Amino acid sequence: MAKVPLPKEKWSGAITSTAMGDGGVRLGGAKGMPFLSFEDPDLPLPLLAGEVVDDLEDFPSIVLDFFGEDAEDPASWAQRWRGMGADLVCLRLLSTDPDRRDSSPEEAAAVAKSVADATGMPLIVYGCGLPEKDAAVMEAVSGALAGHRSILAYVEEDSYKKISSAAMANKHAVLAFSNLDINLAKQMNILLSDFGVQREDIVMDPLMAPLGMGLEYSYSVNERITLAALNGDRMLQVPMVCDASQAWQVRDCAEDEEGMGDPVERSAWWEFGTALAALLSGADMLIVRGPYAMQLIRGAIEDLGGGA
Amino acid sequence: MPTAIEYFKFLPKTNCGECGHPTCLAFAMQLANQKASLDECPYVDEEAKRTLQESNAPPVKGVTVGAGDGSLRMGEETVLYRHERRFVNPTAYAVAIPDILPEAELRELARSYLDMSFERVGMVFDLDMFAVFNASGDAERLRAAAESLVGMCSKPLMLIGAGAEDLRPAAEAIRESRPLLYAADEDNVSPMAALAAELGLPLALRDGTLDGMAGLVEAARKEGAEDLVLDLGSDSMKHILESNTVARKVSLRRSFKGLGYPLMNLVGSGEEGMMMAMLSTMKYGSLVVFDSLEPQQALPLMTLRQNIYTDPQVPIQVKEDLYPVNGPGEDSPLLFTTNFSLTYFTVRADIEKSRIPVWLQVVDTEGLSVLTAYAANKFGHEHVAAALEASSALERTSGPVVTPGMVAKMSGKLEEALGRKVLVGPMESGSLPKFLKNLGV
Ligand code: B12
Ligand code: SF4
Repeated sequence: MAKVPLPKEKWSGAITSTAMGDGGVRLGGAKGMPFLSFEDPDLPLPLLAGEVVDDLEDFPSIVLDFFGEDAEDPASWAQRWRGMGADLVCLRLLSTDPDRRDSSPEEAAAVAKSVADATGMPLIVYGCGLPEKDAAVMEAVSGALAGHRSILAYVEEDSYKKISSAAMANKHAVLAFSNLDINLAKQMNILLSDFGVQREDIVMDPLMAPLGMGLEYSYSVNERITLAALNGDRMLQVPMVCDASQAWQVRDCAEDEEGMGDPVERSAWWEFGTALAALLSGADMLIVRGPYAMQLIRGAIEDLGGGA
Repeated sequence: MPTAIEYFKFLPKTNCGECGHPTCLAFAMQLANQKASLDECPYVDEEAKRTLQESNAPPVKGVTVGAGDGSLRMGEETVLYRHERRFVNPTAYAVAIPDILPEAELRELARSYLDMSFERVGMVFDLDMFAVFNASGDAERLRAAAESLVGMCSKPLMLIGAGAEDLRPAAEAIRESRPLLYAADEDNVSPMAALAAELGLPLALRDGTLDGMAGLVEAARKEGAEDLVLDLGSDSMKHILESNTVARKVSLRRSFKGLGYPLMNLVGSGEEGMMMAMLSTMKYGSLVVFDSLEPQQALPLMTLRQNIYTDPQVPIQVKEDLYPVNGPGEDSPLLFTTNFSLTYFTVRADIEKSRIPVWLQVVDTEGLSVLTAYAANKFGHEHVAAALEASSALERTSGPVVTPGMVAKMSGKLEEALGRKVLVGPMESGSLPKFLKNLGV
């Protein structure tokens, strides 16, 4: 009988692997293209972070309805995620936005600590997106989470020093954001390395554009980054985080429109589609908003990464 | 594509010149450049021609299923990663229709799927095929069901039955519509392939192992069946990912010849079905067959297909122009946006929802969204002013000009440039109905 050869690549590089939290959770470490067990027999499974926000204004009701009262308290919300198989918590400190509650860095850091204490899970922490406020918030968060290795998000080309320093001070990792472009992603990692951040402490976010809103760009940008990393480009060999929760930005995700079927299930597939594209193109960690999507994505990872 | 050297090997090397080229080598070079045809040399034997044709074949064969309007092209892919070129023939989606249904119910089920269609970004998304399934075990019922479906739409059919004799009456009856026969396996490959060859129809092969499939392909070709679609099994996502990847990779690299055909997956329904379908869409599936599919599943799936099969080098665009929405007049507000079709169609749909008459100026930003264009310096006040000038928009209406909320910064300069009142609109066009109502026009 004809024998089909296994087209195994000889990759010269691998994604760095780094311990998170109290060490029990590892991020990264892939040695081949996603989920191809013939390239990497003991492939590491991508991690899932469940999203928690500390200010519910404008947050999708489909998700709030599911979490009910637990959504009022970040620590309770995070515990629900743990029960659902999340590996990390993605905490967005939206309340620090001056246009929202303008909560102080200390208040924000206390919230982060409460989540870490309640769950024991590592965190990826975002501020409100205003560089100055975020710098102050991350400094406080870094101290509050000392000894509990987390990811501080995010740094950009023109503002990275303060948050990177805050991360280095307590051995946290930092999330390097770049905009849908392999060269910009690499540039960002070089900037951080030159600044003194260890490669093990860099995690990158090349911007996962969601299904129906630019996924076509991200899918290929991610693939190119992954291929380049495996082909030996050290400056791209850092774990990749993709934010699948962006799917909820797309109108068709959860809108209740005639002819488009049940919005609860549709939103789950919208986020799942975004997530699966991210996983197949090289994501090592995903941020997930919807509980039903979390279940689906967990199922897919178990299947794809399964030993069977 | 054979090289000049490969061609040269098969030429007599007598340099007789009858082909019109001075030497065999010169002829070989013209062949490699596709500037000559092998027939021009009278001395190449049939055996050599066949060998050369084989190495000339595309790495993934193109297969047509269906005929006329609804016909589908599968395969013909040339890359493993879409940034290298792009994926060409989008994954087709089929739903199963069991032939045990009474005629009226069968038509009703088919009708409900035909009605499941979505408009997104100016494109229509819908299902591509029906898979008529011989659940009755009665070949005549399959024929009747197939004929009934062919009579009601131009969608290609796939005929699913246990063996050649079960499929024959239906295949003969709707032969003109070029159905896909499903499936030959190791037990029935000879008769199935013979039927496909006799009727000139495409044939699906089913084997869960790559080696087994390679054997099936050989056996089918021996019977004369050439238009093949391969079902490597859909036991799990892992299986689909790895089998499809290996089959596609060895074909593109030409490290193995026998698997260079379109791939398909039968995914069932429900959660597992959807997960496999999304995976197959991204990983080399040309055809995905469902037992059933709901609209809340179909829309995200078809959006994914559209994303994966689009060419990222060329964003989908609309023409720069002044577009009337809801029948605007001389004092209707004048809104503007970019020519990225996702942006344009989103904004347009929101204005239509408001039912308020509006002029919508599209500005050519080379297909970029509002913020992307603004960040790339392609959507400044000067670009907007130039577009309004070119379309004489300001002469059509005395109404206020409204900017997208995300580019509020340009409003001052734009007001100066136009000499017309400029208002800042909402960030999201979803808030336009409310905004327009409050304008009180
Ligand atoms: C996909 C994408 C790309 C794609 C291009 C897609 C395209 N064809 O436009 C690519 C990869 C090419 C790209 C490139 C860049 N991008 Co980009 N990109 C995106 C992304 C992920 C989605 C954009 C999108 O499709 N939006 C959907 C459409 C429908 O939105 P929209 O056009 O804004 O329309 C909405 C509103 O504006 C409003 N609206 C629109 N028209 C109107 C009209 C009126 C009257 C009103 C009232 C409202 C209104 O309603 C619409 C629906 O809500 C966003 C991030 C994000 N998630 O938003 C970044 C983003 C827009 N990009 C950004 C940047 C910086 C860039 C680059 C400059 C990066 C770089 N340095 O190279 C380049 C520039 C492009 C170039 N030089 O060619 C930034 C912009 C930052 C800023 N605040 O200015 C963003 C926000 C990402 C980020 N967070 O940093 N990008
Ligand atoms: S006709 Fe054939 S044999 Fe003669 S020169 Fe041309 S290629 Fe050579």
